[in-house]
Amino acid sequence: MSHENSVEYMSDVMTKFTSYIGKRLPRDVKNKQAELRQKEKNPMAIEIYDTMAENQDAADKLNRPSCQDTGVIQYFIQAGAKFPLLGELEDILRNATLEATRQGPLRHNAVETFDEKNTGTNAGSKIPWLDWDIVPGEDTATIEVYMAGGGCTLPGSAKVLMPGEGYEGVADFVFDVITSRGINACPPLLVGVGVSTSVETAARLSKKAILRPVDTRNPNAKAALMEDLLESGLNEVGIGPQGLTGDNTVMGVNIESSARHPSTIGVAVSTGCWAHRRGTIKFNPDLSYEVLSHDGVTL
Amino acid sequence: MSKKILTTPISDEALEDLNVGDIVYLTGHLVTCRDVAHRRLIELKQKLPVDIKDGAIFHAGPIVREKEDGSYEMVSIGPTTSMRMEKFERQFIEETGVKLIIGKGGMGEETAKGCLENKAVHAVFPGGCAVVAATKVEEIEQAEWKDLGMPETLWVSRVREFGPLIISIDTKGRNIFEENKKTFNERKGNILKNIHEQVKFIK
Repeated sequence: MSHENSVEYMSDVMTKFTSYIGKRLPRDVKNKQAELRQKEKNPMAIEIYDTMAENQDAADKLNRPSCQDTGVIQYFIQAGAKFPLLGELEDILRNATLEATRQGPLRHNAVETFDEKNTGTNAGSKIPWLDWDIVPGEDTATIEVYMAGGGCTLPGSAKVLMPGEGYEGVADFVFDVITSRGINACPPLLVGVGVSTSVETAARLSKKAILRPVDTRNPNAKAALMEDLLESGLNEVGIGPQGLTGDNTVMGVNIESSARHPSTIGVAVSTGCWAHRRGTIKFNPDLSYEVLSHDGVTL
Repeated sequence: MSKKILTTPISDEALEDLNVGDIVYLTGHLVTCRDVAHRRLIELKQKLPVDIKDGAIFHAGPIVREKEDGSYEMVSIGPTTSMRMEKFERQFIEETGVKLIIGKGGMGEETAKGCLENKAVHAVFPGGCAVVAATKVEEIEQAEWKDLGMPETLWVSRVREFGPLIISIDTKGRNIFEENKKTFNERKGNILKNIHEQVKFIK
């Protein structure tokens, strides 16, 4: 493939994949919802779970975005330093967003701040949002597409605690966010927690945490224990689907962390709604690709 | 149990018997109305371009496809977070005479007062179920304030058995989300106490 053709080819694949993930949920989220529906005993909650399942079937059959809020498009990129189209990725992903907006179709969700005008294209200043990790020596690129809807973005919060507040303070913070603002964010939620040194590092990690599959555990034993405690504790609160009470509250709690300054505990919470629309695709240097998040995908 | 269906124009009598937690459906006209439309009416004193007296609004910003003949197709329409409209809703109900407000999640005390004073209700359509909702739209009859862009335009739809709609604020002033919040906060204390004991990692 010529260089020009390669760029065009990858833009086309990313257009189709961006549009695809708005219509079908990833494997882990789908399985978790089926499990929560099975466990549920509250009739109103069961009615809601069944409407959710009916909606996903209809979206698949009619080939439409399953939720009208297809979000602000965000790409989380793990690019090998030797990936052949590294320098072109930014343009490729911007074009993919523009084209997926037409083909999807996606709702127009990019409003220029201060000018207060909807661009009508889902592209704007620094949007689609790109988050980069460069992997030394690698020649592949793994791209996570995420649709950041308004509802699930609204609970997002970050704060720097004093060390005296300890991990107890982290637990309090997570519970406060979920029981106040999480209720309206289309539970059962996937809760991402960042524990780090400052607000922006904790916030970025909390977002990375909801990109991790449901039911995975942090490799650090204490962090994993905290994930379990928060998950079962939040479920015991019984917020239920749509916040209308039920036997569960969350699909899971994922924690990501970094080292921190001895005087600070940065903590942040990001939430993913039940319609947690994300997808992972991995490109080889010859641009052959594999979809890691969904089964049986034809783009 | 037969389906309880509300039809626009909605009478006070049709709403008086409803209680929080009841499930109803809507047949008739439904107008999308969200952040900027509320602000324009209440703060900027602009008249709404659609008469919604005894009608129903939907806190929603849909995906709409414009067809070649200039008509519109409802592709995907689900509720947005109602709480964002809390600041305006009591006065909005008073000024427009709207009877049914459909959205997602709860609304606050002010909206509950507005519902009590004007015999109106707030109901939840399950969030994220936008294709189910779109299939209950028979036709988009009108589009107003299109300068606001696709999500904020007032889309006037004719709907049939649109639902399930779960009553969250009734005409007697009960508010299911506020009541639930109290229960959640009561449970929270003990649960956190137990977690605190197990996360004393700083020694």
